[in-house]
Amino acid sequence: MEPAKTLEPIPGTIIFDGAMAVKGYALNKMCYTFNGAAARKEFLADEDAYCAKFGLTPEQTTAIKERNVLALLDNGGNIYYLAKFIGMLGLNVQDIGAQQTGVSVEEFKAKLLAAGH
Amino acid sequence: MARIVGGITTSHIPAIGNAISREMFEDPYWKPFFDAYPRAREWLDEVKPDVAIVVYNDHGLNFFLDKMPTFAIGAAPQYTNDDEGWGLQPLPPYQGDPELSWHIINSLVADEFDICSCQEMLVDHGFTVPMSLMWPDRSKMTVKSIPVAVNTVQHPLPTPARCFKLGQAIGRAVASFPKDLKVVVLGTGGLSHQLDGQRAGFINKEFDLMCMEKIVSDPEALTRYSIHDLVRLAGAQGAELILWLIMRGTMTGTVSKVHSNYHIPISNTGAGLLVLENAV
Repeated sequence: MEPAKTLEPIPGTIIFDGAMAVKGYALNKMCYTFNGAAARKEFLADEDAYCAKFGLTPEQTTAIKERNVLALLDNGGNIYYLAKFIGMLGLNVQDIGAQQTGVSVEEFKAKLLAAGH
Repeated sequence: MARIVGGITTSHIPAIGNAISREMFEDPYWKPFFDAYPRAREWLDEVKPDVAIVVYNDHGLNFFLDKMPTFAIGAAPQYTNDDEGWGLQPLPPYQGDPELSWHIINSLVADEFDICSCQEMLVDHGFTVPMSLMWPDRSKMTVKSIPVAVNTVQHPLPTPARCFKLGQAIGRAVASFPKDLKVVVLGTGGLSHQLDGQRAGFINKEFDLMCMEKIVSDPEALTRYSIHDLVRLAGAQGAELILWLIMRGTMTGTVSKVHSNYHIPISNTGAGLLVLENAV
């Protein structure tokens, strides 16, 4: 059986497929280490050195530096591994939801509440 | 012979774990969610399962992209959680049932499901949150557990139809186990939510409510969706519906609904709870 044909894009959504998994491998590998407290400490002590250790591209390093979730996703970041990075910074999924959709956190939460009505 | 006494679906959002540890049961935001769970726990007290098969997805704790099994089954004597990146405290280990695990693994491979077996497996919030919701008092918890992890991290994800068939094969495996055990199956995750991209915060109440109904009365209808359909209709992480379909596949054709609840929002998610019994 052939793999699925090219699928109609879903607006505002990146399908994390093989191509993205290849593109983001180093970035996600770095984020995977943040499961451990020692890695988090090492990253926070020298972010650039930690990014270099994992061989991140300049675009990925900049996106990490700027905490830019959309740019991290564009550069192959997977939300489950990025969640380790985000959590380490003390941010939650409403904070990054607001950042990605360009609204305040309060506006983002209000949108979630409205989905229940 | 072992038999499946029922199935439960529940969301497994990390924020629920935080709310449990902070005992926010009466908080206005959390009360409509937590108030639905005592009935599920009463049912568990009535049926007294010996083993819980817990279908969940690893969120980047045990599995990385270097090796990503589509279906992985625990065969360990016990399972522990770990820091998931935000400093979670370790919980007491969950007791496994390696004998039943290996029976299921043998049966599934004979049944043409080539799964990954795991003698060591860290379990994350996808597993621990539902366990905490169902068995909040660990000192009284006697149920053993078998984690079944499904790849929802990296596409291609297994299709809804394939997941339903895996559930049916797990059901056959349990039914052929010679010991007289009562088994409950937990399908975790869902319902609609999307954490990433410009569409973050997407929730589809109408689709969720349809799934809550169809998974009881006509699960085959849900197996006709593709993963891409689920991402479009339920959000990128709403594809976790496949975990519910594995649970539903383990049960007989006709089931009766003991209890259900649906609440928006918990964190970024439409949260669903169902307790199902095989119809006699």
